[in-house]
Amino acid sequence: MARTHDVAVVGAGPAGLAAAVEAAEAGLDVALVDGAAQPGGQYWRHYDERHARPDDRDGHHGWPVFTGLRERLRAERSAGRVRYLPGRQVYLVTRDEAGAFTLRTTASLGEPEADAAGEVTARTLILCTGGYDRQLPVPGWDLPGVMTAGGVQALLKGHRVLAGRRAVVAGTGPFLLPVATGLARAGASVEAVAEANGTLGWLRDPVGAASVPGKAVEAAQYAALMARHRIPYRTRTVVTRILGQDRVEAVRISRVDRDGRPAGPVKEIAADLVALGWGFTPSLELALMLGADTRKDVDGSLVVAVDGFQRSSVEGVYVAGEATGVGGAVLATQEGRLSALALARSLGRPAVPGRMGRLRAAIGRGRRFAAAMHRTYAVPSAWTEWLEERTLVCRCEEVSYGDLRRAHDDLGAHDPRTLKMLARPGMGWCQGRVCGFATAGIAACLNRRETTAEDLRPLSTRSLAAPVTLGELAALDRSRDAQDDQ
Amino acid sequence: MTHRMTFRGAAVPAEPGQSVGAALVAAGILDWRTTRRAGRPRGLFCGIGVCFDCLITIDGVPDRRACLVPAADGMRLGDSPQDHLAEDGSARDSRDASQGGGRGEDA
Ligand SMILES: Cc1cc2nc3c(=O)[nH]c(=O)nc-3n(C[C@H](O)[C@H](O)[C@H](O)COP(=O)(O)OP(=O)(O)OC[C@H]3O[C@@H](n4cnc5c(N)ncnc54)[C@H](O)[C@@H]3O)c2cc1C
Ligand code: FES
Repeated sequence: MARTHDVAVVGAGPAGLAAAVEAAEAGLDVALVDGAAQPGGQYWRHYDERHARPDDRDGHHGWPVFTGLRERLRAERSAGRVRYLPGRQVYLVTRDEAGAFTLRTTASLGEPEADAAGEVTARTLILCTGGYDRQLPVPGWDLPGVMTAGGVQALLKGHRVLAGRRAVVAGTGPFLLPVATGLARAGASVEAVAEANGTLGWLRDPVGAASVPGKAVEAAQYAALMARHRIPYRTRTVVTRILGQDRVEAVRISRVDRDGRPAGPVKEIAADLVALGWGFTPSLELALMLGADTRKDVDGSLVVAVDGFQRSSVEGVYVAGEATGVGGAVLATQEGRLSALALARSLGRPAVPGRMGRLRAAIGRGRRFAAAMHRTYAVPSAWTEWLEERTLVCRCEEVSYGDLRRAHDDLGAHDPRTLKMLARPGMGWCQGRVCGFATAGIAACLNRRETTAEDLRPLSTRSLAAPVTLGELAALDRSRDAQDDQ
Repeated sequence: MTHRMTFRGAAVPAEPGQSVGAALVAAGILDWRTTRRAGRPRGLFCGIGVCFDCLITIDGVPDRRACLVPAADGMRLGDSPQDHLAEDGSARDSRDASQGGGRGEDA
């Protein structure tokens, strides 16, 4: 097994890249572990660099920021200050008596294998694990041709594949716009963007718009692109049903009131692709495994609680980026940098005066803006009214809304934990990553109250952060006893 | 050079750098397994390795995530391991159903 690093950074998205580079430049010995094959995370996801084309960067915002970070990462790697392990998913983090962390990793892209070579030990951690699309079930959302908005974007950016020809993009939030314009630019006909909320509320939000003025410009650019591609943008509109036999054939959209209750005429639109996104929700498995405190963010998602230096409640564990609350790539990058600088200072490295202060001020503005966006693009409170008895909530275990209601009404499952035990939502392959938020919301709604952090926690906790083979588990047992011989 | 794969016997091309799932979608194949209970078709959903909807048998190895595995020349997609044991070479419409519960996670 290799040396004990000063810090292990998990995730090479905007937050993790910035953290790793900044930590190495401050003189720390860094390990950077990332599930993806190449750096960039979700935001800077791009085609396999070995087969790059110039147009791969089309539609990428802040690309020079990325290439700058990538260059610095290269320099730090060749100087031996960063050990970079791409294509490896951390599935377990443990801590020994001396306080050192051990990360167990499994190959995330190639053949699953049992080896200890992917083991990383470090004195401290910076978790930059990002998140994934937040989903709300709707009748028909399990049909092939329905994808997450982020997944549609990932197919385009990472694989140059258009997921369909006639698309409807639906849900809420500013992210629907790049997905719609990206599809249109790639040649799809985007029949509608259905935005559940009234739009542009954040521009009127006194705190939000003033915090990050550049965002108004970005919004205007997207509005222009939407107009150029003639994409109808329908506000206060939701997809209430997706129709089709064995694949998507059409969607039904409906106008809704402020709470998301269908309130207007219903329209049917032919489509072969539906991209659904209700914002993002953080990957918390590693932070929860370590016992870090969590809280419910403005957008209703469970996030890791951090202080003004990105420190979690667990000694030596910093968290940056989407995992501390969804706020976009710029904020993630700033948080990544701050976490590294704060960590370096705590390990006795000299700090550049004023740098941390400026970063903290920028992060404060970014967080205020993010909160304004979350208030504008909230999940409608009445969303469960779109559900039918047969609508699947948990896609893996095929648990329907009716199953959940019966577990609640007949079996007395009044909290998510009991609901999970009796009806099995979130017990399948994905371990509740897809249905966790919705199940917590349904449980709260059945009890006529709002979702709490306590509802979300049991649906976010997982014993392992990635599925591993029995061979890997056996190897884990052996290596626990084995001597650390390097 | 374009990779050549097969899905249940039918040719599926892939550009180097694409995932198995991306290549299938590009070829117009939207689903490649059925669910255990209702037998419903599934393909890509999250596209980034989170949802496990896209599980597929690749060269006889079951339960690989199509959205993550890079496409490679000669890959046999969608045949269940049983097909390979039978060694009859024909691509039967065998569906690799997901085994509920993440490997090792429910234990
Ligand atoms: C599918 C998808 C597409 C998106 N596309 C866009 C977009 O086009 N534009 C936009 O503005 N925003 C997009 N977003 C939002 C985007 O996530 C954020 O704005 C930004 O990327 C957050 O940066 P981050 O560093 O916090 O996390 P991420 O960029 O998500 O990076 C996290 C990294 O950590 C890795 N990771 C997580 N857990 C582990 C583990 N256990 N072991 C090893 N590695 C791990 C992941 O593989 C990933 O590379 C997208 C989100 C998703 C989910
Ligand atoms: S599409 Fe979700 S894991 Fe592959």
